[in-house]
Amino acid sequence: MMLTHPKKLALTFEQALKRLEDVIACLERSDCPLEEALALYQEGMTLLVHCRDKLDDAEKKVTIFSKETGKFENIM
Amino acid sequence: MSVLTVGQLTAYIKDLFAADAMLNKLRVSGEISNFKYHTSGHMYFTLKDASASLRCVMFKSANERLAFRPADGFKVVAGGRLSVFERDGQYQMYVESMIPDGVGSLFAAFEMLKKRLEAQGLFAQGAKVKLPRFPQCIGVVTSPTGAALRDILATLSRRFPQSEVRIVPVLVQGTEAAAQIAEAINFFNTFSDVDVLIIGRGGGSIEELWAFNEEAVAQAIYNSRIPVVSAVGHETDFTISDFVADVRAATPTAAAEQVVPDKHELLQFLHVAEKRMFMMMRAKIDNNRRYLESLANAREITRPNVRIDQYRQVLDSIDTRLKDRLAYVLQGCAARLNYLDGKLEALSPEAVLARGFAICLDEAGTVVRNADSLNDADFLNIRLHQGIVGARVVKT
Repeated sequence: MMLTHPKKLALTFEQALKRLEDVIACLERSDCPLEEALALYQEGMTLLVHCRDKLDDAEKKVTIFSKETGKFENIM
Repeated sequence: MSVLTVGQLTAYIKDLFAADAMLNKLRVSGEISNFKYHTSGHMYFTLKDASASLRCVMFKSANERLAFRPADGFKVVAGGRLSVFERDGQYQMYVESMIPDGVGSLFAAFEMLKKRLEAQGLFAQGAKVKLPRFPQCIGVVTSPTGAALRDILATLSRRFPQSEVRIVPVLVQGTEAAAQIAEAINFFNTFSDVDVLIIGRGGGSIEELWAFNEEAVAQAIYNSRIPVVSAVGHETDFTISDFVADVRAATPTAAAEQVVPDKHELLQFLHVAEKRMFMMMRAKIDNNRRYLESLANAREITRPNVRIDQYRQVLDSIDTRLKDRLAYVLQGCAARLNYLDGKLEALSPEAVLARGFAICLDEAGTVVRNADSLNDADFLNIRLHQGIVGARVVKT
């Protein structure tokens, strides 16, 4: 079974969350074959790690536009 | 000293006016009187205060952009230039823009502009864009020193610190405010790639919030391809920008809440998702295992003879039925034999003798059938059922 390393997922948080919701919906289907369910479960776990990583990401910066420099400058 | 014609003097004065920087770009406050809306579309009126009056004209091209319909008694601030109307020898103000000055005028202007923009379709629900669920970058247009910015930043950082925030500082009140706000919205749309815009300010009087009631801001919001959240003042304050914006937030804090999801709710969702996936997977495996066990326990697998036994049983039952049928047929034959035997016996002389009849035989052994063939004292043999007895005939 292929195990995708979470760090290698190029999905945005939104895409990962959407895919996670799809995975759960597929798992919930009673006609989902076992092999497929196992693969989905694996993928779901990878997506979970990815989403949590994204949420734990260091805080993004806050910048303010400066007329002097014509650029967004760090606020703190 | 040379003599000037009236025309030359008037032209000279006009040139003086034209050369003066202040007279060419000025703002004058006063109350409108003698207001006339000419059929040509131009407006003529006088601005006055307690000590003086000023003739004004506002041409059709300028007054079409007015946020309100001027009327006598309105206090306004007029912007434009001062020049000379040569024919009458009068100086007058050529008004380019005019905003209400004072609460009563402001309310009237607000209602007018609201009606006009509504008619133009700026508030149409169909024009409103949905906010992105997870904005990567958020643009903020507000005062850099206001409580609104502090509230917005605090809320964004509490709920979803992953989003980048870019602020374009503007004045949020005063005559320059509307132009700066509109410019900032246009700037974001042209130069900065943000997913959503928050424009707003904290609470204040209607005059202080007025910039958000100006058409320039309304048009900038309407033309913004980036979704705009308007958060002006408190819950009870409604501004034109609230109506045009894609989303109206009651306060700056509420705007930040509507723009980003709550990180803690997301973590909770992920936690539930993990549990659900685990439970579903386990249930699926259990179901498969149970099904497998039910297959393994099937009678065909555990006792392959069952089917053979079943056929054997069927055979047995056929056998029994066959035997029963045969016995029945045989019984029928036996009964018929008995019947025939009975009949046969009834015809036998022995059976007649058994019933008490006797056979008379003469001395020659011939059966005597007629009494006349016998003579007195003839010897007879009488055969009974049991034995034979001799007898003599007695003729009477």
